[in-house]
Amino acid sequence: MEHILEVTDVSKTFPLRGVFGQSKGGVSAVNGVSFTLKSKGTLGIVGESGCGKSTLARLIMRLIEPDQGQVRYKNEDLLKLGGSDLKKMRKRIQMVFQNPYSSLNPKLTILDNVAFPLWANGTGRAAASTQAYRYLDAVGLPKSYAAKYPHHLSGGQRQRVAIARALVLEPDIVIADEAVSALDKSVQAQVLNLFQDLKKEFDLSLIFISHDLHVVEYMSDDVMVMYLGGVVEKGPKEEVFANPRHPYTEALLKSVPSVDLAVRKAPETVLLKGDLPSPLNPPSGCRFRTRCMFAEARCAQNVPALVEVGEGHHAACLLVHEGMAAVQNL
Amino acid sequence: MATNVQSIVPDAASAASLPKQPSQAAERWRAFCRRRAALVALVILAAIVLACIAAPWLSPYDPYAGNVKERLLPVGSAGHLLGTDEQGRDLLTRILYGGRLSLLSGIVPVMIAVILGGGLGIIAGYFKGIVNTLIMRTLDILFSFPAILLAIGISASLGPGISNIIISATIVFIPPIARIAETAVKEVKKEEYIEAALSSGAGTGLIIRFHVVNNIFSRLFVYSTTQIGICLMLASGLSFLGLGVSPPTPEWGFMLNNLKQVIFIDPIVTIVPGIFIFITSLALNIVSDALSDVLDSKG
Repeated sequence: MEHILEVTDVSKTFPLRGVFGQSKGGVSAVNGVSFTLKSKGTLGIVGESGCGKSTLARLIMRLIEPDQGQVRYKNEDLLKLGGSDLKKMRKRIQMVFQNPYSSLNPKLTILDNVAFPLWANGTGRAAASTQAYRYLDAVGLPKSYAAKYPHHLSGGQRQRVAIARALVLEPDIVIADEAVSALDKSVQAQVLNLFQDLKKEFDLSLIFISHDLHVVEYMSDDVMVMYLGGVVEKGPKEEVFANPRHPYTEALLKSVPSVDLAVRKAPETVLLKGDLPSPLNPPSGCRFRTRCMFAEARCAQNVPALVEVGEGHHAACLLVHEGMAAVQNL
Repeated sequence: MATNVQSIVPDAASAASLPKQPSQAAERWRAFCRRRAALVALVILAAIVLACIAAPWLSPYDPYAGNVKERLLPVGSAGHLLGTDEQGRDLLTRILYGGRLSLLSGIVPVMIAVILGGGLGIIAGYFKGIVNTLIMRTLDILFSFPAILLAIGISASLGPGISNIIISATIVFIPPIARIAETAVKEVKKEEYIEAALSSGAGTGLIIRFHVVNNIFSRLFVYSTTQIGICLMLASGLSFLGLGVSPPTPEWGFMLNNLKQVIFIDPIVTIVPGIFIFITSLALNIVSDALSDVLDSKG
């Protein structure tokens, strides 16, 4: 399968300034992230809050300018574009945001919220409305909702509107940034199925960002696990979920509560100790070592690189490098 | 479209026949009407404004022609409902004519300040950085003067006259309105719909027009209605100090100034213009208070 998006070594550090504008170091939000998105595929990105998932999405969209790296869309480096080329590119990648209560303009009608991206790209009012109606229909909202305002709608309905707005420019890639996190479980399922259906109908490639492993498992073909701004493991969904190679992935999978009555046992060992370290002052060497139960002295000195541990399956852990059995026998 | 979607929502065709959604304005008007005090205040305000506009048709008297024999008649005299002033002119007539200038000098400066201050605030709030610093710190300098002192200073240097009062009051009200607009814009800019608009490739002008102005308008509107009452008093105050209209033109503040000479002879007549200033600004404040509740309730 060909790749529609290739992200190489993208980094962003937010500078911190003191009261008088002097530099006080920086927050390393995204650190050397690389991944590829298969055409018409779905990449799930998982990680705890604050691990840089949302920043990564905004770097790809160029809502935030990356410090370094490449984002190649169909062999064109998006980070080098400017002016009208950038505007053209933006139509190709659209985003669905986390909070449906903040992502719709409360003063515009549902129809105008969806039609606005078309106005922005020079479509006339009448043509834009016709198009907006089509996409409201595609996300399953009846015509009568078009004249309503966002505060008349429920969270799930709002998120449908947000999806319609993302689709109205006919993008190739949709980035869903925690798009179902703010919704009830029952509504989540509806919206996830809607994503699946729309993906088929409009030939979309999806980047699905979530902290919820169930959601990512349900949606994705490939999975990428992030920790403190970096990628710790990535690979095909089945591989990563069935055979996690990084202690962090392992811990995440084990910490997911299950509703399956057969699986009663709580994890015997606490796999994650402590809190996420501050990205202001990340640990030396492996960033995960402060919470890793296998950490050794060398983990503080060497930064583990992503190495292939299976077909298309990569993990960044020194223990995996040497074929240590410890992680696998967990 | 797959089945799971159609099962959730009613069919588009049947739903299209549902009654039309009441507009936001209609909803808010109904919410406003539920507040009795606000409704009463609005009626009083409308009555004062209409009476001032219709002054020539309502009053048989000339506001400038005095009658020496009928000087300082008490409130409630036959033919002179609110009595007469120190030159024997009908006080009600002069109140109605004077209200035109007073209301004008209360509303016009605020309106101009909303346009200029709001514009500056939007630019400062949206662009941040050096633009913000330049605009906001300049306005802070103006803001650091006490309002009345600044207005007196500007009026005194421009000379007396109603247009100069309007100019000086406008300058006084630009900084606070710009400050409100700037804060509101900064908040709106954090919303995800701005990011969504940016990622759709929208230009700055379009974003400001549809996403920023729309969403700060109610806050700006509510704040500026509270300022009309204050501006009215400021303008009256300037006229009282002799910086406004020149005699014999009627204006509430200026009338108060003239009548203060006779406060020991007929205190009731003296305070009539003051009562009108008081009622008008009180009514304005009640109305704007209700407006702020109604407009802010739905984000």
